[in-house]
Amino acid sequence: MPELTLIEAIRETMRDEMRRDESIILIGEDVANRGGVFLATDGFVEEFGEDRVIDTPLAESLICGVALGAAVNGMRPIAEIQFADFVWPAINQLVGEASKVRYGTNGVKNAPLTIRIPYGGEVRGGLYHSQSIEVLFSHTPGLTVVAPSTPFDARGLLASAIRANDPVIVLEHKRTYRLVKGDVPTDDYTLPLGRAEIKRLGTDMTIVSYGLMLHYALQAAESAAAEGIDVEVLDLRTLRPIDTATIVESVSKTGKALIVQEDTPAVSISSEVAAIIAEHCFFDLDGPVMRLAPPEIPAMPFSPLQEAAFMPSPEKILSAIRKLAVL
Amino acid sequence: MILRIELPHVGESVTEAEIGEWLKSTGDKIEKYEPIVEIVTDKVSMELPAPATGVITKIISEEGETVPMGAIIAEMETSEISEIDTTEPPDVPASNRIGTLIQGANVGPTGGEFLDTSMASNTPEIQSKETKGFVSKGNEARYSPLVVRLASKHGLDLNAINGTGDGGRVTKNDVLAAIDSGENSKVSVTSVDSMTLGDEVIKPTAVRRMIADRMVRSTSEIPHAWSAIEVDVSGLVTWRTANKEPFEKEHGVPLTYLPIALFAVSGALKLNPYINSSWVDGKIVLKSSINVGVAVATDDGLVVPVIKNAEGASIPDLACQLDQMIDRARNSKMTLEDASGGTFTLNNTGVLGSILGGAIINHPQAAILTTEAIVKRPVVLTKKGEDSVEIRSMMNLCLSFDHRIIDGAEASRFLQGVKNQLESIDESFNLWG
Amino acid sequence: MCSSKQKSSGDSAHLSDERLVALYRTMVLSRCLDDRVWLLNRLGKAAIAASAQGHEAAQVGCVEATDPSKDHYLIYYRQLTAMIALGSTPEEMLRGFLAKEGEPMSGARQFPYHGAHPRVDMFNFSNVIATQMPQAAGVALSDKLRGWDAVTIVSFGDGAASQGDAHESMNFAGIHKLPLIFFCENNRYAISVPLDKQMAIDSVASRAAGYGFPGVSVDGTNLQEVYAATKVAVDRARNGDGPTLIEANVERLLPHTTDDDHTRYRSAEDIEHMSKRDPVKITSSLLLGKGLLTEAEDEAIHSEAKKQVNVATDAVESEPFAGVEKILENVTESTEPTR
Repeated sequence: MPELTLIEAIRETMRDEMRRDESIILIGEDVANRGGVFLATDGFVEEFGEDRVIDTPLAESLICGVALGAAVNGMRPIAEIQFADFVWPAINQLVGEASKVRYGTNGVKNAPLTIRIPYGGEVRGGLYHSQSIEVLFSHTPGLTVVAPSTPFDARGLLASAIRANDPVIVLEHKRTYRLVKGDVPTDDYTLPLGRAEIKRLGTDMTIVSYGLMLHYALQAAESAAAEGIDVEVLDLRTLRPIDTATIVESVSKTGKALIVQEDTPAVSISSEVAAIIAEHCFFDLDGPVMRLAPPEIPAMPFSPLQEAAFMPSPEKILSAIRKLAVL
Repeated sequence: MILRIELPHVGESVTEAEIGEWLKSTGDKIEKYEPIVEIVTDKVSMELPAPATGVITKIISEEGETVPMGAIIAEMETSEISEIDTTEPPDVPASNRIGTLIQGANVGPTGGEFLDTSMASNTPEIQSKETKGFVSKGNEARYSPLVVRLASKHGLDLNAINGTGDGGRVTKNDVLAAIDSGENSKVSVTSVDSMTLGDEVIKPTAVRRMIADRMVRSTSEIPHAWSAIEVDVSGLVTWRTANKEPFEKEHGVPLTYLPIALFAVSGALKLNPYINSSWVDGKIVLKSSINVGVAVATDDGLVVPVIKNAEGASIPDLACQLDQMIDRARNSKMTLEDASGGTFTLNNTGVLGSILGGAIINHPQAAILTTEAIVKRPVVLTKKGEDSVEIRSMMNLCLSFDHRIIDGAEASRFLQGVKNQLESIDESFNLWG
Repeated sequence: MCSSKQKSSGDSAHLSDERLVALYRTMVLSRCLDDRVWLLNRLGKAAIAASAQGHEAAQVGCVEATDPSKDHYLIYYRQLTAMIALGSTPEEMLRGFLAKEGEPMSGARQFPYHGAHPRVDMFNFSNVIATQMPQAAGVALSDKLRGWDAVTIVSFGDGAASQGDAHESMNFAGIHKLPLIFFCENNRYAISVPLDKQMAIDSVASRAAGYGFPGVSVDGTNLQEVYAATKVAVDRARNGDGPTLIEANVERLLPHTTDDDHTRYRSAEDIEHMSKRDPVKITSSLLLGKGLLTEAEDEAIHSEAKKQVNVATDAVESEPFAGVEKILENVTESTEPTR
């Protein structure tokens, strides 16, 4: 079975999907001749031609608006926003328009649109190449939002996203692009949208996480095991809809929850997960729901010391585990 | 500008405090760091310093009021901190500040005055799929943390309380009702029958109230058992009399029996770890340090400064520490740090003449020891199989202990340890041995 | 009778007499419905309406040059007349205004005019201005990529022309020579903001040059002019020659919507003056002048329209409001937000 990095998994998935379905087109900045700034579409314009791999002008609202228009007219576009930090001009077309097509036309039209967005930090990206932007989309009914952490999940979730008949935002943590390598079957497979996965079984507490943090949580869990703390690690995988059932099953079993995320905590995914746990696991909790997240500053700074201070790390997570273990 | 004075967070486990005496009044000028009010926690009293120089403009929390940490207790005017341009809003009654709804005034979909005549009178319900099934898990008792805390504080058995909540769950109100009915029955006996003309009613001080609460908690939670032993301190008395003056000259502090008792107790605690423990959440926690609290009577009541890591300290060491602590305690200069962390308590009740005492354990410790009065008594001594009567100086040691953790045998073993150490002191005793 | 069922003007760039009369009928029906809806709003029954009065000729003239059986129409909120011309019935329109069950474009979930029509590809997803323009570029692009024979017409007002989305979509359309017609109905007011505060130039059409395609300005009250210009643009598009920007100059005879009062920002003289550019009256005069209609026939057209609107109003008013039972449906295909 081939071992692929996350970006390779993304690339292979799109390639296979485009071979399988002619109605899939790619649209974004630098996706054609450059093959994408992360090489996500390397070789695609050579194989599929300029009619299916389209370099757009520098205009994010346009990219998503055009993709939406093509989607409601019978195609299955994949739009790429080059960096999450640049998605804001497209919020109107995604949150304002795309999310409401099926609902607002009462089913007359739907938008089978996929939007791929590299996000996240620890790449010395500074304030404008490191942002986590999941919250606005995850709040929006009509959108589905996935954030795969592993190459295996990336393939399955991206395939599902492309095949879904409504808009799906695929958040790809750019640090994990080349950092994470794993088995990815070559067979065609999809993973269900809206389903979390327990990546490590444990009994003393549940860490809920996603993205790059999932890997750091796993590292911290291994260290904690050596100290006699048995940590269960839950990978959300989908940020909207959040898999309430899996979270509740896990936290009811372990009795404690630590939510680890790279986004700042106020009004975030961790807020939603904490509310879910408080509502459904109240009588099974052996301690308060804890969150580990960066400080409330606009984004992570460029200076390496400041970036490190911002980012949760395996050490910080281990510290939080130790604290929660005795609370 | 107006500066709000809040009750600072003084310690990790302290969440609220009682306002003691206000040392300053509205209109008084105050200097930064000058004490303005006394605050009382269940560990210690302290004086709160002014955060800036200025004038007190408003006292918000009254004497005797219990407030949580972080609460605003007063306001002051100060020019030390630069003013962000704020103006106090004029006084408008609350109901006017909320406003009322004007019938017939409308806003249309995009700003006009459209008055909708199409609305149905009933708003239909949306039948949504409810995510249920996560809460009910059968008939097991489900006690919320609040319910557990309330019941524990008032010594109530949750199994005996009738639950009116979902699925028969005991709720906060159920516990409160149980507390009320318990108190009511007490009140009906005492309040009417025990008050007669001429009785004087005294409102306890904040400290006395705290002590009272602590005593109730200790006796209701901890099953107290009691054991006593006699100690022949004749040798000790002789030794002390001989060494009193040189000791004081050398170490600058008096040589009382207290540091000696503390020395003996610490050594015995080291050998009997279960005496130096605590019952927590159904588990016995053996404390890693030996921190002995020494009861000191002050004008405000009993305070218990703690000598940390007492085992292994020498008698002169202990004497110095004790002297400083007691001095601080008597002068109301004890800090929260001084009063915290105790794992065992020693009370020299003998100094007032008591020969036997059943002290109440300092919750959540496992035991408390009193050293009683040294009294000359005729005692039967057996030497080489021959009995005779001699005048000996005798002192009783009384141990109250938590019978969940400690049985009589262990208690006796501990007392024996202290006794042996004390009885081993005679003229030949070397301080540094 | 719905005008879209009649033969269109076909390949000729000139409207036939027969078509002129037919289009006039549509305009009268639209005007009649338009008046009725305004009245329903004042009675507290129709919460919001944007009038097409003044725009009728521009809208029917444009539609006439296209082929509703295959073309795409991204409409905006003032296109009552275009919707009638494309096949919406007065009943369907009234269901929209009165929020009744069975409203075809959005199930009455949206404001009237919004949603997507089930029979002709006419849609408008939101109330946000100009968002339909990049979407129209996407529709046109996807047709071109697949070699489909269809033209996309995106309609918008002078205010929308200021939005970033307008610029981005015209730029893109020019680069890719999309089969896309940008149809701007310039009535010189974006709610209350007059044209000289909306743009530094005199005509929206002049912007097209900046995007590499032709722009043309026409008298929007002149059926013939509108039709001819649109026909040229449609032919261009079908031939693969790319987009065109058509600016139809019209008057907005009524305030922005039923929530607006234009006497607050327009002078009495201005309002009086613009009422002279009423396309229904202009077309009526034209037809009477050409002898294509007698006064009695004109009268009859008006009373027929009124009757049609009355019947529709009576029927729809008695229908139930769009209900709650399905309010959770059609969020996404599998509308199960959480397990």
